[in-house]
Parts: sequence; C-alpha cells; structure tokens
Amino acid sequence: MGEKNMVEAIRDAMSEEMQRDERIILMGEDVGAGGVFRASEGLLDEFGPDRCLDTPIAESCIVGSAIGASLNGILPIAEIQFASFSHPAFDQIISEAARMHYRSNGTWSVPLVVRAPYGAGIHGGPYHSQSIEAFYAHVPGLKVICVATPYEAKGLLKSAIRDPNPVIFLEHKKAYRLYREDMSDDDFTVPIGEAAVKREGSDMTLVTYGLMTHHSLKAAETVYAEDGLSVEVIDLRTVSPWDRKTVLGSVEKTGKALIVYEDNLTGGFGAEVAATIAQDAFNYLDGPVTRVASPDVPIAPFAGPLEDFLLPNPEKIASAIRDLAAY
Amino acid sequence: MAFTLTMPEIGETVTEGTIEHWLKQPGDKVAKYEPIVEVDTDKVTVELPSPVSGTLKEILVAEGETVEIGAQLAVIDEVAGETPADISLPASDAEKATPAAPLSSPPGSKKSRASKGTRRATPRVRHLAEELGVDLSAVTGTGPGARIVEDDVRAAASGADSPRAADEEAIPLTGIRRTIAQRMSASAFSAPTAWLAMEADVTGLVNLRKSERDAFRDRHGVDLTYLPFMAHSVSQSLLDHPFLNASWGEDQILLKKRINLGIAVATERGLLVPVIPDADKLSVSALAKAMTELGERARANKLQLKDVQGGTFTLDNTGAFGSLISQPIINLGQSAIITMEAITKQPRVVDDDAIAVRSVVALGLSFDHRVLDGHQAGDFLQDVKRRMEAFEQDTDFE
Repeated sequence: MGEKNMVEAIRDAMSEEMQRDERIILMGEDVGAGGVFRASEGLLDEFGPDRCLDTPIAESCIVGSAIGASLNGILPIAEIQFASFSHPAFDQIISEAARMHYRSNGTWSVPLVVRAPYGAGIHGGPYHSQSIEAFYAHVPGLKVICVATPYEAKGLLKSAIRDPNPVIFLEHKKAYRLYREDMSDDDFTVPIGEAAVKREGSDMTLVTYGLMTHHSLKAAETVYAEDGLSVEVIDLRTVSPWDRKTVLGSVEKTGKALIVYEDNLTGGFGAEVAATIAQDAFNYLDGPVTRVASPDVPIAPFAGPLEDFLLPNPEKIASAIRDLAAY
Repeated sequence: MAFTLTMPEIGETVTEGTIEHWLKQPGDKVAKYEPIVEVDTDKVTVELPSPVSGTLKEILVAEGETVEIGAQLAVIDEVAGETPADISLPASDAEKATPAAPLSSPPGSKKSRASKGTRRATPRVRHLAEELGVDLSAVTGTGPGARIVEDDVRAAASGADSPRAADEEAIPLTGIRRTIAQRMSASAFSAPTAWLAMEADVTGLVNLRKSERDAFRDRHGVDLTYLPFMAHSVSQSLLDHPFLNASWGEDQILLKKRINLGIAVATERGLLVPVIPDADKLSVSALAKAMTELGERARANKLQLKDVQGGTFTLDNTGAFGSLISQPIINLGQSAIITMEAITKQPRVVDDDAIAVRSVVALGLSFDHRVLDGHQAGDFLQDVKRRMEAFEQDTDFE
C-alpha cells in the first residue's frame, strides 16, 4: 500500500468500506468531483452516482436526507465541506440524529457518519477555520472524533462507519497533507473511545487532540531537551466518549495536568477534561489543572500574523508546561 | 508597596536565628507590631512583630531553617503611608521570651490538616502524608512559599514501612529539642571526653542544712538546698584552676576571665542551662537566691537570651532525680562539667578503722581531654571535694 497522507488515508477508508458493504454511500457538496481536498477522488468512477452523490449547498438537507436514509437501511457518510458550514445542520443532528435511538426506545437508530474538515492555521478566515467538537460532544447520543494523523484517520473512520451510532468525524485540514505514514494492507481499525499515550512522561500529563497533538509533542521534546521535564502526551482521538481511565491514571502518576486544545478557551472541550480531572483526581494533584487554548475571539482572523498570534503553538505550550512544572 | 522583613538584631552576641514557626501565612493580613514569626535563638523563643501593616505576600525562609542577622525572611505588601517600625532587640531590653509553639496535634487530626494543610501542601502531598502516616504539621516545607512537597513527606517517613504507624508514634521535634540534639551531638562528637569521680563525705553539710533551713527560709524566702553549697565550692575552686574554666579554640586554648556558672534545670520543654554570672563573687545564700530565681523563670519559660548565654562552666544536679553516678556531656563551648549526685547515708570506714554511718555524695567530672589532663581535673575535683567536706554545722555561709 505504501505511504499515505491523511486525506489519502481517508479516501482509502471510504473506498474500502464502500467495497466491503454496498449499503454505504457518500453524499456531500462536490464529492463527485473529488471534493475540495480530494478526499473523495475517484469514488464516483468506482461506485457510480447512486453511491457517490453530489448534493445542493444545503447542509440541513445533506444531513437530514442522510438521517432519513439511515433509518431505511442505508449507511450514509454525509460530508460537510467545511465544519464551519455545519451549523444549518445543527438541528438535524441534535433533534433527530442524536435522539432517534432514545426516543424510539431502540426501535430506530441512525448509523450515520457526518465528516468534515475542521480547524485553523491555513489562512481560511472565520468561515473555514472553526473547531466544532465542543457543540457535539455536549450532546448525549453522538460520538465525536478528531483526527490529525493518517493511520488513525483511516482506522477511526472505518470504526465510525461500522458504528451503529451517529458519529461526527472531524479531520484537521492542516493535517491533511502534513506527512505520510505507512499503511498496513490489513483491514485495520482503531477503536473509538480509546486515547493514545503518544509520549510517556513522569512530571506532567498533557491531554490534547487534533492538530494540537503535533504541537504538544514538539513542545514536550523541547522542554525535555532544554529543561529536563518529562511530559506525558495523551491524544484523546475520540472526544466523546473520551478515555477518562487513561487520563486519570496518568494524572495519578504525574500529579500535574495541562490540557491543550485549539478551540476557544471558554466552554471548549478541554474544559470538560479539566473539570473531570479536578474532581476525580483531586488527591493526586500537585498543581492547578491548567488549559492552553485560543482566546475567546472568533477563530480565525484572516491576516496571517493575527492568526499565528491567536492559535496555540509549540512555544506557547512549552511555556505553559514550564510554568506548571514550576508550581 | 513591597516591604522586605529581615532578621533583626536579637541580642548582642546573637548572629543567627532559626525560624521556629510562621504565625502568618501568605495571604494573611498583619497589623504593625502584630507578632508575625517566632524565632529560636540559644533555645529561647522570641516573637518578632511585623514592622508594617499589610498582607504577608511571600515567605522566604521556611520553618526550621537558620539564617543570619540581616537575612531576608519575608515580603509584605504594606499599607501605604506608614513608617516601618524598628523591631530589633538590643541586649539591654531584650524582648520577653515567649513559650515555644505547643506540641502539634496528633496525626490524623482532620482539623489540623484543614487549617494548615490548605496552604502548606497540595492535595497530592496531603494524600501521600495520610498514606505514609506522616503528620504534616510537623514537617518543614522546602517548596515554594514554604510549601511541603512530596520529598519532604517522604523524608519524614523515610525508613518506615506501614507497620510503623501501628507500632510507633512520631513525636514532632520542638525547637528546643532540636537545639539540644544538635549541641549535644556537636559536643560529644568533637571533644574527646574523659571522666572521673570522687566521693565526698558531706555529713557536716547535711547537718548544717538541717539546722539552718528554717531560719534561711524565714530570712530569704527561698528554700536552702545543697546545690548552692556545691555551686560555691565549684566557683571558688575554679579560681585556682583556670583551665577548667576554658574552652578548646582549635589551635589555642581560651581561658575565660569571668566565672559564669551554668546550672542545669529540667523543664517541661527540655533541659535549659541558665547562667549565674560571676558566681565566684557570690556567697552561698546569694547563690541560693539566684539559683531559685533562675530555676523558677526557666520552668515558667520566662528566660531571656542573656540568661542562657556566656556560661563558662556547668553544674548539673543529677542527684535531684536520684542518680548514684553519671557521666555528663560537656556543655558545648566549655572544657568541663560537674555533677552532684544523690546524697545518701552509707556505712564508711572512719578514723581508727571504725565503721560509721555517713552522708556521702559522688561528684562526677567530665572534661575535654584536648584542654585538660587527668591530674588537672583530679586536682580541681579534690578542691571541690575538700570544700564540700569543710561545711560544718556552725559554718557561716551568708
């Protein structure tokens, strides 16, 4: 199979799943043309217009139709072209997809994947840079995944497609072509709900997800080389349901918790992680549970320097690590 | 505005002090002249008042640490417009020494943990202390702001397994205990200490005291014990044996010009040795009054710094608790120490090989063999013995 970048890995996941199960379809804006990021390149040719559908520019319709299809034996992947465009579909996701199983006492379920590129750092301005995971992690009945690496993107997308629940699958657009990973030939999946310890450490636990994982690993490397600080970096991968056990076990070991997320600080998903750690790991804390996130300003300004100033980066993360380590 | 509290002059010869207990924690308000910290010097605890009103911002020296005069102790965010007070204590009007902090509450006391733990230790450290059976109120913090950190707790519990908690009870050290331990160790492990003892026949002294006791009490209002007679004998003998009133000075021997006799006093807090200056110039009755007064103040924890400084020789009344014979440890900085053991009636051989019942007492002398040899010690002890045996029923001792 060779080496693939994240967007290629996502394309492969969809293609392989659609080959495996003919009930799986893809629908979204420009998916037939290959998608604005090439995530669906070749799928129209491979599976035809009944399984690779171009939709109108109407997110409510895209998701609503997909929900309807899923109630009737189809396994749809609904693509939202940019996560920032998902808000018209919010009602469909919350009022219909998230609650269907519960409202129908298990009679009906919505085996839907809503996937979208998300995140900032590509000079996209406010309509192409948002993080939306917090909105959906808040809602019972949904699963929310954030990926930023090729292997995990493929494995988690397969798991999401095979999951009978509605899954919001968010792909960090800046990580689409960041680097290549070797893909095994096997039909592998990565389990939903499991975090990954991407760097072991003993002085501090750093919890993060998405592109911030890359920044956090860089920061951890720097503070180890320069300050001798040993930081354990945990990538949640699944934001909802998140892997409390791995995180709390790590904090018990290290005594300090730093949570890094790209979203706005207030009410961002990292706040939920922080609250849980503060309550359930209280006896193990040797310092305040601290967050690094974007300030509460619309993400993101179009001007390059302003966007750089806004977003968390390895230097800001390293600085926060040093401050917390010194407590 | 930030005001830095420094260690003030506490006494003429005091060059350093140990922080015994912070009475305020960072965040607490403090009024001008309000006591802010207890400092231990020479086993006497002194309360330092805050020179300014304000809020204690940061503690720079942790409890248990010793610093020099002038060292920075804390930072206070002061209320504007006040002139900082001068809180130094010249020797002539030394502040009244105050009782040391009471023994801390027993381990496991939730109240003490809640009141002191919140600012002194993080949840992780408190949890660890509970697991290891360490009483946090007895641990000195070495972290930022005198906070107790994990290492402090582990050090406090070092060498202990969990069965320890069941079989042992940890008693936290007071400042005075620490000082005694440090000075006794320093003396015992630096001075090669030799010891000899003699027995004195004090039948005459016993008779003297029995017959004069009541009259003495009426005249002077204090009890007449055997100790002032011993103190007198010792002080007078020291005049003829200057090397017993000296100290080892690494490459010289320092002879002390004055005879300042320290009297060991057992108190609840621990052993204290208040000093009678120029004891050679005092009569037995003057010594009796001085010793009574010092003993009372020592037991009431009202000694001042000058009371415990400047001693050149020490007398220990080990007989008071019935000791037959004992080997005292030399008071650090001196060259010898003498004990008066219990006076008992024993059969002894007297003139013409007859046996009679006599009151006898052992006198023990520990001495620093770097300064003294056995015969010097022996000659001195002979003089003390001779003087003690010379007291008769009709001796005038006023």
